[in-house]
Amino acid sequence: MRLSYPTNIKIIKVPCTGKVDVLYLLKSFQNGADGVYVAGCMEGDCHYLTGNLRARKRVEYTKKILDDIGIGGDRIEIYNMSAAQGARFVEVANEMTERIKALGPNPIKKRGSTESGKDPSKEE
Amino acid sequence: MTSKSNLERILEKGDFAVTSECGPPRGADPEIIRKKGKLIKSSVDAINVTDNQTSMVRMSSFSSCIILKEMGMNPVLQMVTRDRNRIAIQSDILGAAALGINNILCLSGDHQKFGDHDTAKNVYDMDSIHLIQTVKYMRDEGKFLGGDELKGIPKFFIGAAANPFADPFEFRVVRLAKKVAAGAQFIQTQCIYNLDRFKIWMEQVRERGLHEKVHILGGVTPIKSLGMAKYMKNMVPGMDVPDELIARIKGVDKEKRAEEGIKICVETIQQLKEMEGIHGVHIMAIEWEEMVAEIAKEAGLLPRPSE
Amino acid sequence: MIIGEGKPIKDILVMIKNYSKILLIGCRGCVTVCSAGGEKEVGILASVLSLARKKEGKEIEIREVTLERQCDPEYLEEIRSFVEDYEAVISIACGAGVQFMAEKYRKIPIYPGINTNFIGVTEEQGIWVERCQACGNCKLHLTGGICPITKCSKSLLNGPCGGSADGKCEVNPEVECGWQLIYDLLKEQGKLDTLEVIIPINDWSTSRDGGPRKIVREDLKL
Repeated sequence: MRLSYPTNIKIIKVPCTGKVDVLYLLKSFQNGADGVYVAGCMEGDCHYLTGNLRARKRVEYTKKILDDIGIGGDRIEIYNMSAAQGARFVEVANEMTERIKALGPNPIKKRGSTESGKDPSKEE
Repeated sequence: MTSKSNLERILEKGDFAVTSECGPPRGADPEIIRKKGKLIKSSVDAINVTDNQTSMVRMSSFSSCIILKEMGMNPVLQMVTRDRNRIAIQSDILGAAALGINNILCLSGDHQKFGDHDTAKNVYDMDSIHLIQTVKYMRDEGKFLGGDELKGIPKFFIGAAANPFADPFEFRVVRLAKKVAAGAQFIQTQCIYNLDRFKIWMEQVRERGLHEKVHILGGVTPIKSLGMAKYMKNMVPGMDVPDELIARIKGVDKEKRAEEGIKICVETIQQLKEMEGIHGVHIMAIEWEEMVAEIAKEAGLLPRPSE
Repeated sequence: MIIGEGKPIKDILVMIKNYSKILLIGCRGCVTVCSAGGEKEVGILASVLSLARKKEGKEIEIREVTLERQCDPEYLEEIRSFVEDYEAVISIACGAGVQFMAEKYRKIPIYPGINTNFIGVTEEQGIWVERCQACGNCKLHLTGGICPITKCSKSLLNGPCGGSADGKCEVNPEVECGWQLIYDLLKEQGKLDTLEVIIPINDWSTSRDGGPRKIVREDLKL
């Protein structure tokens, strides 16, 4: 489609968002990610039937953990879109970028750091 | 006679008995219980004192019974197994007997989750059936549960509760049979609003011949307001308040509802008087003790036989 | 199996607030099955504790280990060579494992990372329910295989009480009445007459009430 999306997004591909584990989400933040979003297929369209539903539950679980330790559950999100929805992909990328900009950098980084990066997972 | 209980005397004689109950105060003021006692005294043959009912801490049933005894009344010591182990229970049985209490109602007790101390440890060393067995054993064998001889026998008239409105319905009469086998001599039922269900239960009771082995007193509670009726219907497990009753209360103007509630209560008592196997009525006018005398009068139960 | 659940992170952070070199030890036994203390949970907890410390601008070194079990001495020996390199140990095994660890390694503070809740079963994935209270005097043969001590909120042996309504316990409308369950099962088996017999008052001396318990099998001792 040749649409452009923000350059601060790092994409990690998985065969199904059902593969995404709470541990990977947490480690992303440990490694300096300012925000993480999971992009899964439309609910009901999952090739493995419930992978994206499991992913949603794990994202919710991770949100709670991040709130508990003061990193902030808003830094992680899950969206649903089909592989054909290029425009939606860009829309989400922009939305998440704006959200994270407003929240500021990952609190584990020392003040003044300009490093930022987002690690979403996207189903191909 | 197994005890010196006035209630036992009346029931054994074949008269229709009247009992009521009062809840002790949520503090150390004895006047509160004395006031309640005065209101009820001449309308009943015996008066129950509840034991930390709904797990809300109150002055103990034991001490409240003594206060009522001092007023010349006949208390029924209600004892739950939720808060005391067999050591404390046997000890209290001896103490109560020593101070002239001669009726006991054996209950398991509401779970502490209902009350104001829901983080407490509960005891339930025994259930209500074991409690009945314990009192009977101490009275008839003259021994502690552990086997040693008692120096002075506690002579109690033993009671238990029955709830024909709890589930499973078909099993309630079996549980009653177990309580009778354990030694229960009188039964006070949960308050009755669904007379049809109650009648079916009584049929089952008579089928087993239990009405000849134990004195059953039907429980009644006057409804004070529509709110109270709805609360009991929806929020109290084991209570059956039929829709027709709610409709009847609703159908009357707000200021007249309490009066209607009393009317319903009296009607229920009159039906109980006609039932084979019912030997009395237990009027539970919670926080409305002043109405007990009126209810008893309207139902033709006064005056009570003197001792 | 023994079912437990992770303690709140805040509580664990308070336990280790003075330490920056931690050994975090999981267990492949019961706590793995109930997703409270297995290898995955070790990974997640280590990650969470790191994030929390880093946010405070402090560092923490956490070594992650998962033992086969923490209730058998042979497995606990596996950490002997390096345990003293750490300032504290967080064990996410059950209370028995945590205590055994504390007995074997008295010089290091050993902290519990989970609450041990009950003996139970996996009703379905993600749902664990209590079944046994280890009373030491099993009566399941009298009640159709359903435990009145565990499944009745009042542990009545001759239930149900008057608060049983629609098969639910008065304590909580989501809790099933244990005695309704016993009644239904015995009815299915045509054995309701079992319930006509009074089950006698219990001997609690074989349960926690009798004091810490021990079983010795002379025939098995080395």
